[in-house]
Amino acid sequence: MSSELKTEKDFKKAPGRLRPVRGTREQAILHISLFLLILAGIMIAGSRIPSGSIYVDLEQISQPPSLKHLFGTDWVGRDMLTRTMKGLSLSIWVGIICSLASTLTAALFGILAPTLGGRADALVSWLVDLTLSVPHTILIILISIACGGGFRGIVAGVAATHWTSLTRVIRAEVLRINTSEYVRASRQFGKSRRYIARNHLLPHVIPQMVVGTVLVFPHAILHEASITFLGFGLPPHEPAIGVILSESMKYLTSGQWWLAFFPGLCLIMVSVMVSALGRSLERILNPATAYKK
Amino acid sequence: MTVKKAFAFAGRKVLKFFLLIAAVEVITFALMEASPIDPVTAYVGASTSIGAEQRELIAEKWGLNKPPFERFGSWFRNILHGDWGDSMIYRRPVMQVIGQKFASSLLLMAAAWILSGLLGFFLGVIAGMRENSLADRLISAWCHVLISTPSFWLGIFLIIVFSVRLHLLPAGLSVPIGVLQEDVSFADRLTHLILPVLTLTLSGIAGICLHTREKTIGILQSDYVLYAMARGESRKSILHNHVYRNVLLPAVTLQFLSFSELFGGAVFVEQVFSYPGLGYTTVQAGLRGDMPLLMGITVISAVFVFAGNLTADLLYLLIDPRIREGGQRG
Repeated sequence: MSSELKTEKDFKKAPGRLRPVRGTREQAILHISLFLLILAGIMIAGSRIPSGSIYVDLEQISQPPSLKHLFGTDWVGRDMLTRTMKGLSLSIWVGIICSLASTLTAALFGILAPTLGGRADALVSWLVDLTLSVPHTILIILISIACGGGFRGIVAGVAATHWTSLTRVIRAEVLRINTSEYVRASRQFGKSRRYIARNHLLPHVIPQMVVGTVLVFPHAILHEASITFLGFGLPPHEPAIGVILSESMKYLTSGQWWLAFFPGLCLIMVSVMVSALGRSLERILNPATAYKK
Repeated sequence: MTVKKAFAFAGRKVLKFFLLIAAVEVITFALMEASPIDPVTAYVGASTSIGAEQRELIAEKWGLNKPPFERFGSWFRNILHGDWGDSMIYRRPVMQVIGQKFASSLLLMAAAWILSGLLGFFLGVIAGMRENSLADRLISAWCHVLISTPSFWLGIFLIIVFSVRLHLLPAGLSVPIGVLQEDVSFADRLTHLILPVLTLTLSGIAGICLHTREKTIGILQSDYVLYAMARGESRKSILHNHVYRNVLLPAVTLQFLSFSELFGGAVFVEQVFSYPGLGYTTVQAGLRGDMPLLMGITVISAVFVFAGNLTADLLYLLIDPRIREGGQRG
């Protein structure tokens, strides 16, 4: 009812402009589709760029940004825009794999812990505390070294450090639902555990998992770039953003700002976009906020 | 709170601490054991002048030819006795290296910790007091961008602006190059600290600011603030009497809980600015395969994070009357 009132007021405010009023839901769907389009664009562009197009062109060394090279060129004349796009699509891949891995871990622990209860529950809580007891950066470095660096090391490291918060959320949610009136009633009616899990538990937990996966993603790509920057992640010959940025450090003092500026900015934009996407998703999946203006 | 309860609390914490640190040591050791880096090769480097026999001797001196369990046992026992082994790259006891580097990191981290706490808190209150205003929108948007900004890139950006373009501040190290230790002036040290501290501060603001904003908005929607408004209290007195009092404690607690991010952030900031602190040393130890030093730093970082968490717990215990009186929180 209140939304109708709002509608009228909004139309009055802008007479003559018959623009449909956008509520949270419409706005969120618009955001999500726009961002997904951009991300897909980057990934397709990145995978379509043949590795031959990042060629050495010694006549175009260290060019500042121009129309021909929007992001400038590096010290052997490679086009920075192409390198950045390649790097971003690699980052997105790493991000997707890491967030899926940490969500799976979180789902497993978060559902098993309260279901088994007792010692298993205490163990999971302790594991979460243990993971949080060492700074993430240090733990990822250790795991990456243990795996001998590279793609495997970075995925293992990031996944092993990012499952904790979602585990806590899912565990709390499962605990709450398991002790709720309707689940108790359902149990009294003799419904099987499977029925309860499918009809009462999962409908609540799956949205949390979806949002959790999306919200872990920006952390994952930032950590990947950061650890690669330090030299523990992806190897120097990969076109990763972390590699580009760590190389650019050598040319900073000679004034070649574009080597670091644009790749980093693009990484930030992807990360901002995905966290905005996650927050909109959170709003429309939560019935309490879905219809708020 | 009774004395008995206090002892029970302390006992629980001490037990938890030892269990946690022991687990951290086991995991660190296992990870280093799994790593393909050979400590002897990492020690002698790429030089080929060292023969197989000498490598054997080095391995024997460090006890590397013993089985992993035995080596872990002796490392663990030595730590309990205060002997953390020798760093390979600094050729000094690990504890000495960590102590020296930690002191210089501490200055950087403490400055950034205090600044980011203060700035984040006040920006958060400003944004929360005027929800959806222009100021709130700007502050929130800025925080969301800051969360997504890797701290090392922020450092690079500040170097580009302040060192390369404006020539205002030095781009790295903690002292000028080519100046003797005793000739380094206080001003020199200070100018070398500004950019690293600024970077670390900015990367720490977002969390505390968004948290304070949420809390402030929640308090303004509470019944007691509604009643205060009905009594005719001004915004200023509401701010002083209700908002500050309720937001300050969780904010301070959150700041103590952020020791882990602070330490992690310092690693990147020190790497970008080549600042000779514990973070920079961590990266060097990792890249050059200095296992004893890396394991030592890991344990110390866990102690550091635990200290932060413990302080947060104690703060609640001491300051919050609801817990002090022994009732349940919330």
